[in-house]
Amino acid sequence: MNESALSPAGSENAAGTLLEARHIVKIFGELRANDDVTLKLKPGEIHALLGENGAGKSTLVKIIYGSLQPTSGELYWKGEPVTVANPAAARDLGIGMVFQHFSLFDALTVTENIALALPPGLDMADLAARIQTVSADYGLPLRPDALVADLSVGERQRIEIVRCLLQEPRLLIMDEPTAVLTPQEADQLFVTLGRLAREGCGVLYISHRLEEVKRICHDATILRHGKLVARVDPQQETAASLANLMVGSEVAAVKTAKGRAPGEPLLELVNFSMATDDPFGMSLKNINLTVRAGEIVAVAGVAGNGQGELFAAISGESVTADVSAVRLSGEACGGENITMRRRRNAAFVPEERIGHGAVPNFTLSENVVLTHHAIGEGVVRNGLINRLAAHAVNAKITEMFDVRKGTPDPEARALSGGNLQKFVVGREVVLQPKILVVNQPTWGVDAGAAAIIRQALIDLVRGGSAVLVISQDLDEIFEIADRIAVISRGELSEADPAEDMSLERIGLLMAGAHEKANQVGETATTA
Amino acid sequence: MKLILEKRSEQSRAMALLSPLLAIAITVVIGGIIFASLGLDPFKALHVYFVEPVTSLWSIEELIVKAAPLVLIGAGLAICYSANVWNIGAEGQLTIGALFGSAIPVYFTTWQSPLTLVLMLVLGGVGGALFAAIPAALKNRFGANEILTSLMLVYVAQLLLDWLVRGPWRDPKGYNFPQSVPFEGWQLLPLLGEGRVHIGAIFAVIAVIALAIMMGRSLRGFEIRVIGNSPRAGAFAGFDQKRVVWFSFLLSGALAGLAGICEVAGPSGELQPNISPGYGFTAIIVAFLGRLNPIGVLFAGILLAISYLGGEAAQVELGISDKTAQVFQGMLLFFILACDTLILYRVKIVSGRPATAKV
Repeated sequence: MNESALSPAGSENAAGTLLEARHIVKIFGELRANDDVTLKLKPGEIHALLGENGAGKSTLVKIIYGSLQPTSGELYWKGEPVTVANPAAARDLGIGMVFQHFSLFDALTVTENIALALPPGLDMADLAARIQTVSADYGLPLRPDALVADLSVGERQRIEIVRCLLQEPRLLIMDEPTAVLTPQEADQLFVTLGRLAREGCGVLYISHRLEEVKRICHDATILRHGKLVARVDPQQETAASLANLMVGSEVAAVKTAKGRAPGEPLLELVNFSMATDDPFGMSLKNINLTVRAGEIVAVAGVAGNGQGELFAAISGESVTADVSAVRLSGEACGGENITMRRRRNAAFVPEERIGHGAVPNFTLSENVVLTHHAIGEGVVRNGLINRLAAHAVNAKITEMFDVRKGTPDPEARALSGGNLQKFVVGREVVLQPKILVVNQPTWGVDAGAAAIIRQALIDLVRGGSAVLVISQDLDEIFEIADRIAVISRGELSEADPAEDMSLERIGLLMAGAHEKANQVGETATTA
Repeated sequence: MKLILEKRSEQSRAMALLSPLLAIAITVVIGGIIFASLGLDPFKALHVYFVEPVTSLWSIEELIVKAAPLVLIGAGLAICYSANVWNIGAEGQLTIGALFGSAIPVYFTTWQSPLTLVLMLVLGGVGGALFAAIPAALKNRFGANEILTSLMLVYVAQLLLDWLVRGPWRDPKGYNFPQSVPFEGWQLLPLLGEGRVHIGAIFAVIAVIALAIMMGRSLRGFEIRVIGNSPRAGAFAGFDQKRVVWFSFLLSGALAGLAGICEVAGPSGELQPNISPGYGFTAIIVAFLGRLNPIGVLFAGILLAISYLGGEAAQVELGISDKTAQVFQGMLLFFILACDTLILYRVKIVSGRPATAKV
């Protein structure tokens, strides 16, 4: 399983380098998204591109793939200078890219989706056969006639990869490929990447999961604020040293609060079921969950398995007829809306900060009113908004969470992702809620902001609150959770103590092996 | 060389105020070109159109008479559009409001008391609100597009008015003209001063102030803006989108209905087949030109009233159709929507192709 021992197969290649980007500069308005970035990649090398959000990774990759043109700087392909005018030109050179967000048609089959990306006039039966061969060859099992709508996220990613492989790429660019995979699916992907590398294909691997970078990558280029800060051998680094290079300062380690005896149950779901009326939604089935005072319970799971629906059910954005299926502080409140539940001293942070957690073109102080209007320290009195009170709350959040912004009260959309997430979480934490439910607390957030947010959740629990974290980030879950449950296809596993959970066990539960995981564990891994 | 639109990180406040002024300027320039192409002296024509209406006491009074309903309706529509609720049927709500209020003088011809007028005004508002409740109910219950339903109901209302004044409500002593009995005494709005200005103008100012406070300070106004901007964030805040649809339709309908009864109990003094020169439609432009802000609507209403007077003046002095007013109003709406792009985007000129790697 350990591909890290591989040496770049192309090191003896005559050309030496496959791709070289020299002194790339890309300017958007006043922002220098790439500022003199240089990157060199050999055939057969898995090269990590690391950096926080906004460091310029995507810009650089888009320039290599031809979707953007650099303001200045040159690209060299196998030692020859080239202009990559558009993605089609990149594909002609032999550059393939697997995007983080897939562009697939749900109503079409695997073969039809792939045919759309290839030149017209293909024989479909022939293509289906090729898909079968290539996917079996590289350990990416796919049924060519399957409808995309019926496939898991991991299988959809395979379609994208196979689509690239059919064009026999010399360089494969992967943008955060494991963000949507279970640990087992990720392992499978690493095997495929290892094989590609051995065959001499270069891989440019974008990720913020440092452990996996250490595991599979031969070389790493690290960007910060658009500038090249280091080129390192990930094998010689620790995850902490890589994180420090990315952030540019020491990332504060989170002080955990594990090992306390939890108190009385504050949040309970009892045999909770809810059918969805959204064709792309997920029905929740018979969910049982208890979060006690003084503990963090985490719900792990691959995106799209009912996390959003679970959040809505607890927050009261969806209400249920079965009143006693939801209990806050011991009182049945399944029929209460979100405002009534907030008055029970519960607070909620949704997954999407823009458009759900905050209104993008409202100022921060107006966004304070969004969740404080029925509670809090007099933000609304007699139906009138007290702007001074809202400003005061905003100032308090800014101070507690180190929210960086150009002016004291900018529009929410002007903040970077990490800073807006600190604001959205901070807005609830300053209320000192007894119950806090957070969906994806640090999704797409830089390491510095993530540490601050996680620490705030832990401090809240120390003060006797109950916190439920819904997250796809297993590192985060193991860092902060006292107990872990796994959601899969709308069903939730028992929440077990974190120390009893392994990555393998969570992976099996993610894949849907509920409760029987212990018995069938070994057979499922080999499947 | 090419022009590109580049997104700003925040909405530009300066541009939000500048955009209507820019739109007015472009409208005037294009208007001048249209006049010139008609063989008229563009400067004289524009002077007749935009300046003369504000040079005499008579015309200023007439301006207020025309601005009052525009402001009253436009303020209500501004609230509606802030909620992302597209009430295009204010003209119909105005008509039904006028009918409801006129039922009193038609059926109780001799009832004279201050209460007569109060009841007429209340019925006007109720009628407009009830008529606006139809598209609101259709939207909330069936998801029907309110732009279509509210617009089509305008023609229902106008045909109903037409039938009533030619049929059951026709004045028996009116020599078969399609009009109701003439209103008198407490069936008419009190006048302000000697001219034609009536207390409808005061209603408009009160509505502007009340709605400005509601939108700027109250939780209700906040709710409307949140739902209009981001319904999901509104649901997260605990606001009910359907309630906002009801509220904004009923409010704008009531104000349009009030404007309707003020027209028949004011300048007309009776019901006729044509009680409004399209105030309900022009108020849409007023709402946008006023930045969906009640105070802004006050100024925008006055400006659009000038375009009505200018149209009449142009007909008399220049011998061109008074439909020119509608041309100007249409251009103004067109340009203001175009200029609003600049609130969130800035125009940049890029010279040549961006530098690329040499081949």
